Amino acid sequence: MDQALSQLCETVRAASASRTALRIRAGGTKDFYGNTPQGTLLDPRSAAGIVDYEPTELVVTARAGTPLAELEQLLAENGQMLAFEPPHFGAGATIGGCIAGGLAGPRRVSFGPTYGGVRDFVLGAKLINGHGELLSFGGTVMKNVAGYDVARLLAGSMGILGVIVEVSIKVLPRPLSHHTLRFELSEAAAIDRLNEWAGRPLPLSASTWHEGTLYLRLAGASAAVSAARHQLGGDHIDNAEADAFWNSIREQTHPFFAGELPLWRVSVPPTAAPLSIDAPLLIEWNGSLRWLRTDLSAQQVRECAKRAGGHATLFRGGDRSAGVFTPLSPALATIHQRLKAQFDPAGIFNRGRLYADL
Amino acid sequence: MDTSRQRGLVAALRTFLPEQAVLYREEDTRPYECDGLTLFRQLPMVVALPETEDQVRRILQLCHERQVPVVPRGAGTGLSGSALPHHAGLLLSLAKFNRILSIDPRARTATVQPGVRNLAISEAAARHRLYYAPDPSSQIACTIGGNVAENSGGVHCLKYGLTVHNVLRVRGLTMEGEPIELGGLAPDAPGLDLLALVIGSEGMLAVVTEVTVRLVPVAQTARCIMASFADVGEAGDAVAALIANGIMPAGLEMLDQAASRLVEPFANAGYDLDAAAVLLCESDGTPEEVAEEIERMSAVLRAARATRIQVSNSESERLRFWAGRKNAFPAAGRASPAYYCMDGTIPRRRLGEVLRAIQALEPKYGLRCPNVFHAGDGNLHPLILFDDADPDSVARAEAFGAEILELCVQMGGTVTGEHGVGVEKLDQMCSQFDRPTLDTFLAVKNAFDPAGLLNPGKVVPTLHRCAEYGRMRVQGGKLSFPDLPRF
Repeated sequence: MDQALSQLCETVRAASASRTALRIRAGGTKDFYGNTPQGTLLDPRSAAGIVDYEPTELVVTARAGTPLAELEQLLAENGQMLAFEPPHFGAGATIGGCIAGGLAGPRRVSFGPTYGGVRDFVLGAKLINGHGELLSFGGTVMKNVAGYDVARLLAGSMGILGVIVEVSIKVLPRPLSHHTLRFELSEAAAIDRLNEWAGRPLPLSASTWHEGTLYLRLAGASAAVSAARHQLGGDHIDNAEADAFWNSIREQTHPFFAGELPLWRVSVPPTAAPLSIDAPLLIEWNGSLRWLRTDLSAQQVRECAKRAGGHATLFRGGDRSAGVFTPLSPALATIHQRLKAQFDPAGIFNRGRLYADL
Repeated sequence: MDTSRQRGLVAALRTFLPEQAVLYREEDTRPYECDGLTLFRQLPMVVALPETEDQVRRILQLCHERQVPVVPRGAGTGLSGSALPHHAGLLLSLAKFNRILSIDPRARTATVQPGVRNLAISEAAARHRLYYAPDPSSQIACTIGGNVAENSGGVHCLKYGLTVHNVLRVRGLTMEGEPIELGGLAPDAPGLDLLALVIGSEGMLAVVTEVTVRLVPVAQTARCIMASFADVGEAGDAVAALIANGIMPAGLEMLDQAASRLVEPFANAGYDLDAAAVLLCESDGTPEEVAEEIERMSAVLRAARATRIQVSNSESERLRFWAGRKNAFPAAGRASPAYYCMDGTIPRRRLGEVLRAIQALEPKYGLRCPNVFHAGDGNLHPLILFDDADPDSVARAEAFGAEILELCVQMGGTVTGEHGVGVEKLDQMCSQFDRPTLDTFLAVKNAFDPAGLLNPGKVVPTLHRCAEYGRMRVQGGKLSFPDLPRF
């Protein structure tokens, strides 16, 4: 074990012994997300850098403190990418924070090999648990069923199980060709159309609906993209303009995301009818992700999401006293508490960040 | 066997299960003594065949109360002994959970009971031009519940993912009989991703009673390239070259010469028997897309020194190319009294090295070992041919297999890509993981099943077992079959 890792293990052991809460934070680009963090700052960026990258293996292994931008730059130089198109939300974003937050971008609901969220591309991880032990889960190969899949469990765990210090991620070739189309459609018609298209073998790579306009990104082999383009119709958007648009969705710099009104992330089955809440709306992921700007109470938004078969997260701003994530069923809450107690017996890691009692 | 305990359990089960759903006589429990890994056999104390979730719940509550271990089982096609019964336990067969509950073509999902066969889902979805992507070789027989337990793959998982990428939601029961729902039709279910943890947990964390899978559109067309290579290392380099050129084949499989010669008389696939390796490389999509991709693939393969390239010109020809690969296991069964299928994964760049090392081990153990390989994702299936009527041959086969797995770990790979650890690879888990990591697996098990009654003794080796294995390996520096105390 190198010095950076043994130092982190030592810090954790000391904190566990004195039951000092630790707030794991690297670039701080996602401070707004999750419940309010508590504790003494632990900056894991002492563990940074690419450990291994062999493009023909489609795997990159990096220390958690590696800047996301640096990692993506390296992949781009080799014609590859992180398929889940993670948002950075600022210059300081690291790959560790990206995995712990578990947030994917526009390409998450796509066709073929690029389909999937953060956890779908995690192959391995190294974690420091509450005992200050360095654990290694999964590996660097595509198929691996040796032991439980703890590496994927860490995606979206908000740092409550330990300090993620290294991850191995499956990467994919960048599509040879991409193309964005625009359609004027009502919300209901857009949801309908997206679900119909998703049932056909089309190279769909991203979708966004906002204020009567549906944006659709196609990506893949050039023959597939141009065939789909002629089949679907719509207006072509110039590639530079389209790239800027998709980046504004990914990074939430689109005007929809500006202002002080609370931002809700409502996750529903893709075919769910338009929600009954009248509020500014932006739809992604073929209808399964619906962003709302509203100051309705958490209870009202969650009941609406539940009726639609989904759940709601208070993503930015608003009254966070009810907890930002949808509460768990008692049976799942029990399993969460037991897992937390096993990984982190002293309860020091990111206390309360995911749920108040974890 | 504690017969009074057995009688008591049977009587208690029969208060809520019909008589024919509770088996305990040896002639009735014998069919359940092993799964697809026949090297390990054990009669269970009792077999239960419930048909409703409520019956499963009551069975689990009863067994929890009486501290009776429970081993869940689907079709029993697993290859690592995950469904090996417990001598003092109940074998929980989910075979009667065989209904497709709903198919929603608009949302592209199917909700099914765990005993539904993998292929049956695709067959039922076919009229909507949709299918369930993971296609393990056993797909005509294996069940979706078993696929969830093992995180099964298949020949198309490089492009379309494993079970974990294609299951949206699982409903199940904990060992305490508590119902749980993991994942959901809406993305990013709240809390920790317990669905990812349960998939591939080999039936040790929960009993699955319902599964919702993602369906994907059927490609308009598919074509396959069959390429020959004069050297296995060159074939491995060709795979790397395809990926380096940004190509993601729908399927990418390799057979070494011994495997081609094994399957050809059986399948008449037209394999080049003089080639050191045959590579099957498939493209799917629209006709234009496939034509473009086949062109690019062929160019890369030619540049990578393929000695012969043939492209399928019809669907029947494409299926013929695949017939050999898909029938590798039955062909091995025909060529030898028995075969032992291994399942390591290695970084692709080490392929040539690993295949040569396996060849070099053949004389050491006096056994033949053809290789089929999911080349796209580095998953190797050496088929060790042996005679199951000869105890010495059996012991040599097992020792040969163990050494191959050790080799995979040394190469930076894993002891199991898709068949699971079960009871088969407990020892090699000691080589792949250190003790704190193994203890974390036990801790995860404990969080779901504090009483340790659900499929106990599988996947995670005890401290004692690893110590024994460590001592054995130290003797002479490597495994040596005559000393193996495992048979």
